[in-house]
Amino acid sequence: MQDFEYQKPKTVTEAGDAFNAQSDGSFLAGGQTLIPVLKQGLAMPSGLIDLAGIEDLQGITATESTLTVGAMTTHARVAASPEVQKAIPALAGLAGGIGDPQVRNRGTLGGSLANNDPSADYPAAVLALSAVVVTDKRRIPADGFFTGMFETALDEGELITDVEFPVAERAAYAKFPNPASRYAVAGVFVARVDGAVRVAVTGAGPGVFRAAEMEAALDKDFQADALEGIAVSEADLIADIHASAGYRAHLIGVMAGRAVDAANANVGAA
Amino acid sequence: MPKIALSVNSQPVSHDVEGRLLLVDFIREVLGLTGTHVGCDTSQCGACVVHVNGQPVKSCTLLAVQADGADVTTIEGVSPDQGLNPLQQAFHEKHGLQCGFCTPGMVMTAMALIEDNPDPSDADIRHGLEGNICRCTGYQNIVEAVRTGAKVMRG
Ligand SMILES: Cc1cc2nc3c(=O)[nH]c(=O)nc-3n(C[C@H](O)[C@H](O)[C@H](O)COP(=O)(O)OP(=O)(O)OC[C@H]3O[C@@H](n4cnc5c(N)ncnc54)[C@H](O)[C@@H]3O)c2cc1C
Ligand code: FES
Ligand code: FES
Repeated sequence: MQDFEYQKPKTVTEAGDAFNAQSDGSFLAGGQTLIPVLKQGLAMPSGLIDLAGIEDLQGITATESTLTVGAMTTHARVAASPEVQKAIPALAGLAGGIGDPQVRNRGTLGGSLANNDPSADYPAAVLALSAVVVTDKRRIPADGFFTGMFETALDEGELITDVEFPVAERAAYAKFPNPASRYAVAGVFVARVDGAVRVAVTGAGPGVFRAAEMEAALDKDFQADALEGIAVSEADLIADIHASAGYRAHLIGVMAGRAVDAANANVGAA
Repeated sequence: MPKIALSVNSQPVSHDVEGRLLLVDFIREVLGLTGTHVGCDTSQCGACVVHVNGQPVKSCTLLAVQADGADVTTIEGVSPDQGLNPLQQAFHEKHGLQCGFCTPGMVMTAMALIEDNPDPSDADIRHGLEGNICRCTGYQNIVEAVRTGAKVMRG
């Protein structure tokens, strides 16, 4: 690993200034993706700006309609939070199913979204719940945030501060995990917010996407049966050593059905 | 070079370190505490698990500077001067190890698991050990060791 300058600012403004002072700066959150990337030499930043000292990026607050989670909140904390369990139990379940306990103790919501791994779990929740990604510069609706494989709408040096999740009437997440890493081979988050159903699929394609045909069917009848006969095209799906595109297409249907059942049973499946 | 000050196994430690130094290398190379192992160096195997402020983490995926100000506990810190702690004793009795390479990480992860959940089911134990890989045992006896250790610790 090439050495770098290490800084630990106390405020969001200081973090932005520290980033701008570097020729090639990088924010460091939980490091569960970034440190492996640095070890492999896939990134060689001149400076790392550790976000762990910024109080404003931590924490969870809930109102009747919105759950706000700070970017530096760890997966373990989201999973164990009584506020999250009450407002959006599916989100707590999702966080508790990410990776393993050690990864959950370090990895953060902001890091997961900024990284936008095509097999990551949180992007499915953010997209299905129509959450808003709040940065130090603006508010980015979920539909405009995920722009491709490991690509987001974030500008150079733009910092995620919070994510605002609308409290759903019904929501659940079902994933078929890779047995080694626990990343999603296919994961489906189903949510009904203000009467409208949204279905987001992760793990199966080059990036998280919405399943429009499933949404239309569930809008009419929010039951797993309503999904019968909807064939997912394998044309744009991933094929790799873990699963073929055809198998992933099949899994999307199975996971969607399980998620709807779980949403109706009012539990968050992991 | 950043200077870090932390507590390792209840002893205060301070040192100048390069930003890129991993916590596991600080523990093994700088402090000479070689009970913490490096199995993969790619965040998969859990042989390097230590506690940072009471929580199990993979010390190969943490920079030493990120542990500045923290309380770090390694396998040496949970082992009595003589003999074994009840969980280590259970690994011994239930044949929870063969080569022993994964064992420090298994014990550190299981200690935290039992602290959170003193009476874990087998499913809880398996879920809790998902980040720890063993190439030898097939896990059955590890689960049994954790169940037995938890029982002894409950008293
Ligand atoms: C063994 C293992 C298993 C895993 N399994 C899963 C899994 O099952 N599901 C899953 O979803 N993920 C999984 N992960 C990934 C894990 O959730 C990571 O924690 C996450 O992807 C990155 O979060 P982080 O906080 O560690 O970010 P870091 O690694 O610190 O940063 C990642 C990237 O995001 C940028 N960044 C971080 N925070 C911000 C911010 N606030 N604003 C702007 N940019 C920012 C960084 O600059 C960097 O480019 C796994 C990881 C490992 C090592
Ligand atoms: S050496 Fe750290 S996880 Fe394998
Ligand atoms: S006992 Fe050999 S790796 Fe677990």
